[in-house]
Amino acid sequence: MSQTLAEKVWSDHVVRRGDGEPDLLYIDLHLVHEVTSPQAFDGLRLAGRTVRRPDLTIATEDHNIPTIDVDKPIADPVSRTQVDTLRANCKEFGVRLHPLGDADQGIVHVVGPQLGLTQPGTTVVCGDSHTSTHGAFGALAFGIGTSEVEHVLATQTLPQARPRTMAVTVVNTLPDGVSAKDLVLALIAQVGTGGGQGYVVEYRGEAIRALSMEARMTICNMSIEWGAKAGLIAPDEITVDYLRGRPHAPQDDDWDAAVAHWLSLATDDDAQFDREVVLDAATVTPFVTWGTNPGQGVPLSAQVPSPEAFDDADDRAAAERALAYMALTPGTPMRAIDVDTVFVGSCTNGRIEDLRTVAAVLDGHRVADRTRMLVVPGSTRVRLQAEAEGLDAVFTSAGAEWRGAGCSMCLGMNPDTLQPGERAASTSNRNFEGRQGKGGRTHLVSPQVAAATAVLGHLGSPADLVEV
Amino acid sequence: MQPFTTHTGTAVALRRSNVDTDQIIPAAYLKRVTRTGFEDGLFAAWRADPDFVLNRPESAGASILVAGPDFGTGSSREHAVWALQDYGFAAVVSPRFGDIFRNNAGKAGLLAAEVDAKVVAALWDLLERQRRAVVTLDLHDRTISADGDEGRIEDSFDIDDYTRWRLLQGLDDVAATLAHSDDISSYEEARPSWKPQTLPARVSDPAVDPVAP
Repeated sequence: MSQTLAEKVWSDHVVRRGDGEPDLLYIDLHLVHEVTSPQAFDGLRLAGRTVRRPDLTIATEDHNIPTIDVDKPIADPVSRTQVDTLRANCKEFGVRLHPLGDADQGIVHVVGPQLGLTQPGTTVVCGDSHTSTHGAFGALAFGIGTSEVEHVLATQTLPQARPRTMAVTVVNTLPDGVSAKDLVLALIAQVGTGGGQGYVVEYRGEAIRALSMEARMTICNMSIEWGAKAGLIAPDEITVDYLRGRPHAPQDDDWDAAVAHWLSLATDDDAQFDREVVLDAATVTPFVTWGTNPGQGVPLSAQVPSPEAFDDADDRAAAERALAYMALTPGTPMRAIDVDTVFVGSCTNGRIEDLRTVAAVLDGHRVADRTRMLVVPGSTRVRLQAEAEGLDAVFTSAGAEWRGAGCSMCLGMNPDTLQPGERAASTSNRNFEGRQGKGGRTHLVSPQVAAATAVLGHLGSPADLVEV
Repeated sequence: MQPFTTHTGTAVALRRSNVDTDQIIPAAYLKRVTRTGFEDGLFAAWRADPDFVLNRPESAGASILVAGPDFGTGSSREHAVWALQDYGFAAVVSPRFGDIFRNNAGKAGLLAAEVDAKVVAALWDLLERQRRAVVTLDLHDRTISADGDEGRIEDSFDIDDYTRWRLLQGLDDVAATLAHSDDISSYEEARPSWKPQTLPARVSDPAVDPVAP
């Protein structure tokens, strides 16, 4: 029977299927971090259970850690306890850990791909919603809660109800200066934050095929922001080239067998999706959010919308609340919005290509006097690579702060936060109320827009810099 | 986990859509390593406003939250479910839930009842007229009901069969799966050798560009 990519990966992992029960799926890779794991390890201890497959499990420290003074003890005692708890748990249960200060430490969704552990056709889970990132490799990857983390630690499986399938076909190619981030923000504005609910999505079409692995990760990362369970892209030569030679890529004969399998995973020509969405990449322009959910976005060239523009009563009420929280007036051009802080980083846009893009825009410019800019690499390897390429010098001579690796200002649970009322342009994934710090206001943007905004002091694109 | 069969209690109308998990419990509260005591983080930013619905005296002791669509979107934090439970909620009613939140609720024993939008609208209107109105959720029959001054509201709610069964039984998922250990072992024996393994650990050669293809 013809199958989609997601259905092939699913079928390959069914351990057990029972009437009236969800399928029991085998999990190939379990990524662990400090925030969603302590209660799961406690649960194991209480029940006298062990980690079934430490050799399919890897941990790192990313969410609550500082990005400066990383060689010193963590100042916040509650954060320090959580990190120490992860270290003790990993030691007790035999789980590999890359702690703060280690060259392979970083945001869990940057570390997995970079080590070559994220591979096509695998199942990947983590107690973090942005696990969808790994779908860029053609892996079935999704976020789970702490009870499920415990379940995977104990059994290496998860009971899962079979989701519906959706194709997002992106025809044509992205114009110059328009990035994967703009594309996914435009998609979410079109389909809404609940548009993918109950679906595993496959991104396909000419525009997707043309993207690098890192850009594909940006797209799949944001799958959860429109409610999808997971987002996948079929493995191809770009995927194979990315994985070749990575530390945990298969070796010798295994490599050939693996590649043959990976390239067989693409959706069959006559396979059916439950739903299809088509997007024209050629019409996408730099895209930014104005509101407090990732679906509240407009082209950078547009204005802050009026709540009256929304037909649906819930959308109208949400827009009114969002505009009040964001302190924005309908009709204001997006480019006229002044920005206090620019944050470059996160599992959405904290990889080396993102940093190269930002450096290329910043080179020869200064960050505006009214604005502070943080550049936070997604992993320590990314930091080392950026430094080897001299990107750090571009950032610091432009007046930006160059930091250590971690989730940083994406989520306001470490020292990097916005102050109440502060406005940020952020390459991260969520503009929720208070996401980057209590009372902080977030505009989601691409790396290109982030860099130009830092120089201009207001939202803008690299094309606006010629006048500066 | 305690079995969940039927629940009757007073309810709170949260007239908002897209209540993401950062609103339910901000990240600053996630640094704790404990499993209980998250009630102080529930809607922490919104509760700073004295007019917020949970701060009204008539909301005291409420155990059912009636919210707009896309409740629990965003982060995977199960702390959002724990905070609701620790505060005293036994059930959340919404036309649509974030996927991970709904899963987490099912694991932790919080009922996430998906209802038609018109049921939420009717309950909101009722709860704003009669602030101590009592709502009943019957998990066995999958029905929600409330007796109001303008008549009875009664409708069905959706929850998947397996989660319903587990909640009715109060069953621990891990034990249920471990009963199938033999199936898991057979599956593992057939896994291809080229599947990734984290151990023994291999790391990048620093002389080779480790991150760029």
